[in-house]
Amino acid sequence: MTLFIEQLINGLQLGTMLFLMASGLTLVFGVMGLINLAHGSFYMVGAYATALVTAATGSFFVGLVAGIAVAAAVGALVELIVIRRLYHRPHLDQVLATFALILIFSEGTRWVFGSSPLWLNPPAMLSGSVTLPGGLRYPIYRLVIIAVGVAVAVGMYFLITRTRLGMRIRAGESDREMIGALGVNIARLYTLVFAMGAALAGLAGAMVGALQSVQVGMGEPVLILAFVVIVIGGIGSIKGALYGAILVGVVDTLGRVFLPAFFRQFMSPSEAAGVGSAIAAMLIYIMMAAILAFKPKGLFAANE
Amino acid sequence: MSDTVLELIDLNKRFGALQATRDVSLNLYPGEIHALIGPNGAGKSTLIGQIAGSLKPDSGRIVLAGQEITSLSVAQRARLGLGRSFQVSSLAEPLSVKRNVMIAVQALQGHSFRFWKPVQRDESLLVPALEALERMALTHRADTQVAELSHGERRQVEVACALALKPRVLLLDEPMAGLGPEGTAHLTELLEALKHEVPILLIEHDMDAVFRLADRISVLVAGGVIAQGDSAAIRANPQVREAYLGEATC
Amino acid sequence: MNKSNTSTLAPQPGLPTPAASWYDRKGLVQIGLLAFLLLAPLALYFLGHIYYVNLASRITLIAMAAVGLNLAIGYGGMVSFGHAAYFGLGGYVAGISAYHAFDFTPVIGWPIAIPGSDSMLVIWLAAILLCGLLALAIGAISLRTTGVYFIMITLAFAQMMYYFANSWPTYGGEDGLPIFLRNGLPWVDTNDALTFFLICFGGLVLSLALTSRIMKSRFGAALTMARLNDTRLATAGISPYPIRLVAFVISAMITGLAGALYADLNGFVSPTMLSWHMSGELMVIVILGGVGRLYGPLAGALLFVMMETLLGGMTEYWQLFLGLVLLFVVLFAKHGVMGWLAGRERHE
Repeated sequence: MTLFIEQLINGLQLGTMLFLMASGLTLVFGVMGLINLAHGSFYMVGAYATALVTAATGSFFVGLVAGIAVAAAVGALVELIVIRRLYHRPHLDQVLATFALILIFSEGTRWVFGSSPLWLNPPAMLSGSVTLPGGLRYPIYRLVIIAVGVAVAVGMYFLITRTRLGMRIRAGESDREMIGALGVNIARLYTLVFAMGAALAGLAGAMVGALQSVQVGMGEPVLILAFVVIVIGGIGSIKGALYGAILVGVVDTLGRVFLPAFFRQFMSPSEAAGVGSAIAAMLIYIMMAAILAFKPKGLFAANE
Repeated sequence: MSDTVLELIDLNKRFGALQATRDVSLNLYPGEIHALIGPNGAGKSTLIGQIAGSLKPDSGRIVLAGQEITSLSVAQRARLGLGRSFQVSSLAEPLSVKRNVMIAVQALQGHSFRFWKPVQRDESLLVPALEALERMALTHRADTQVAELSHGERRQVEVACALALKPRVLLLDEPMAGLGPEGTAHLTELLEALKHEVPILLIEHDMDAVFRLADRISVLVAGGVIAQGDSAAIRANPQVREAYLGEATC
Repeated sequence: MNKSNTSTLAPQPGLPTPAASWYDRKGLVQIGLLAFLLLAPLALYFLGHIYYVNLASRITLIAMAAVGLNLAIGYGGMVSFGHAAYFGLGGYVAGISAYHAFDFTPVIGWPIAIPGSDSMLVIWLAAILLCGLLALAIGAISLRTTGVYFIMITLAFAQMMYYFANSWPTYGGEDGLPIFLRNGLPWVDTNDALTFFLICFGGLVLSLALTSRIMKSRFGAALTMARLNDTRLATAGISPYPIRLVAFVISAMITGLAGALYADLNGFVSPTMLSWHMSGELMVIVILGGVGRLYGPLAGALLFVMMETLLGGMTEYWQLFLGLVLLFVVLFAKHGVMGWLAGRERHE
């Protein structure tokens, strides 16, 4: 039972990180109609900047702020130079141009920082564990990650529903022509939204980088999971991204732990490990296919 | 009525609080042009969508030549003989006029899963396509790219595409929209000749054309049919004058 | 009736004008590309440069895989971001079949025993059939969606294959599966680099001819209309869905066959062949060459592998430059190498 709860919290933690990635992706798609593969690069940029500044200053928090700022700045720059030429292009062009950006970012980073990973540790005050009700010991840092994810989700909710910027974003989602007519500076709004998405990706990269390692290509698995999330949730929907992220995070985590155990009921242990882990690896994709078979536009399709 | 070609029976369609189609019943007889008019927002597009198959009515039935088609797809309806033209041109711009019509002929013959024989020299596709174009007096444009056509010519190609299906019914959505007086007169003539072969359900804004062409007229207001009759009856109908013509003719 | 050949119709993918023939600019470029691909390795083989013959085989097979993808993306308008699934499945069919033939163990023992085989003919047939089946399943679900959803779903399904191959230990998992002896054909020695190249070249020419023929047929006309305007197609009475699905399946079969040969070329198959980088590279090749151009994939593959070889020889980070070139082509040179060499073809 404690194992189940522990894994459930792990799943939540993965889910909240996925939400940070997916919310930026889905916002950029909802507002600008752009599919951005290079979103994983901002995740990597955030992690690298955090690791470097943390190493230089000795403070994780300074590093984290720097990581978010650098990711946002790189995002804004990329939007100004490349992305804004793609808004009116077909999706195929968007996919290829942002694929090109991945190559440029990944190989550029490898060139400058080398192939070996950088190390980033969570700050001392957040290392260690706490005892949860029920006697489960759980690392503080992972709980903090969940808290950050929840705080961002709440912040996004207020931003979208209560602020002028949010109003413009919603207007942009429903009618791109109209917000131009309202006299909003669309170009600036788009740069801002894109930079915001990049900042969230950078935050996710920095937080996870301290758990795992900071290296080239770290953004790609997360990016693809984030795609699954927004497809399940409905592209363009922040709410869909939230539910989709939690669903994918929990199902993926629990599947990896419990499916091999499940198959051990009627298979030899080695066979069960093989079959279980293979099926667990496919689980979220099977779930996605099942959801799409019934709802081809995801659970919370934005424009329906 | 056994000789009704197309029959709508008590159609209803709702979008949230908006009742876009309200108990609409109407029919189309062989040899006639039945015009459907109504002010903007009366629910004409929604009704066309339900007839053509892109929208599904909440309740009611649609019968084409004795066969219920209410839940069939757009393509299935077309195969049963429903030809339509669109308000906004829906031709493939980069292709030639000929090829746009040939696809309809191909559909009629029902052999799209043939992978070998080139269509380029396929007389069985080309001849009927050129015949349909001839009906619309467009033979000279057969090899022109659609993108180079004038607005009026596109309308005519749309009708030619519909004709190439050898349809039982033609559903024409504002074919006169955007045409000059000359184009309108030309198309009016063509449709007048055509109706004896294929009955036409005509959705049209141009009142002169409607009163000249239509054998019967139905007036759609706020989703429901408020009047039905020949030109004289509709002109005289006080309800129609108030709801619709009032603004247009004064 | 007007049946003259003085057509003002702009040439279209799959619908060339009657006037198009081998001696115009486009025809010359196409023949030139094929001749270069055939003659350069022949000459190098007799000069003793086996390395370049194998490089030519690699170009040929990547081009063939991209020809398959081009049928989906260029001609069908279906932006599949998951064609590595079929490329890799083709590869694993070759690998797994050879593995069991080597071991004398059955591929499947139950309910019927299916033995392994080291015959290329059997492997090709199996690769084509299995890739067709997989594409039928993936396409049936994915083609219910459009636009970005389609892109992401095809990507996700390919990832599913990737992770499956990665974590399934029987066939090497993430380490991949070696093919110790290249699979064989009756009467010829497939281990000879030139013979193997000629087999690959034959596959490429066949897939080009097949694509060209299909796109001129009624099916091609329907597929073209499904890409340009599916409302028009449906209004004519042809449902776009089955047309697209069949094209998607054929596309996957071509890519899968290329994958089976590619595994034999390398003597090795691994999850890398299934990875999303592979899908991306195939797309890049299609784009570099020119989308919806019959010979675009060949031009794209030539450019890609040459860049890889030349730049890769100079710097480990050559993909940085690939990214820059790709970005330039997408942003400023939309018609790709074929557009540059042979003139513009499509008007959109």
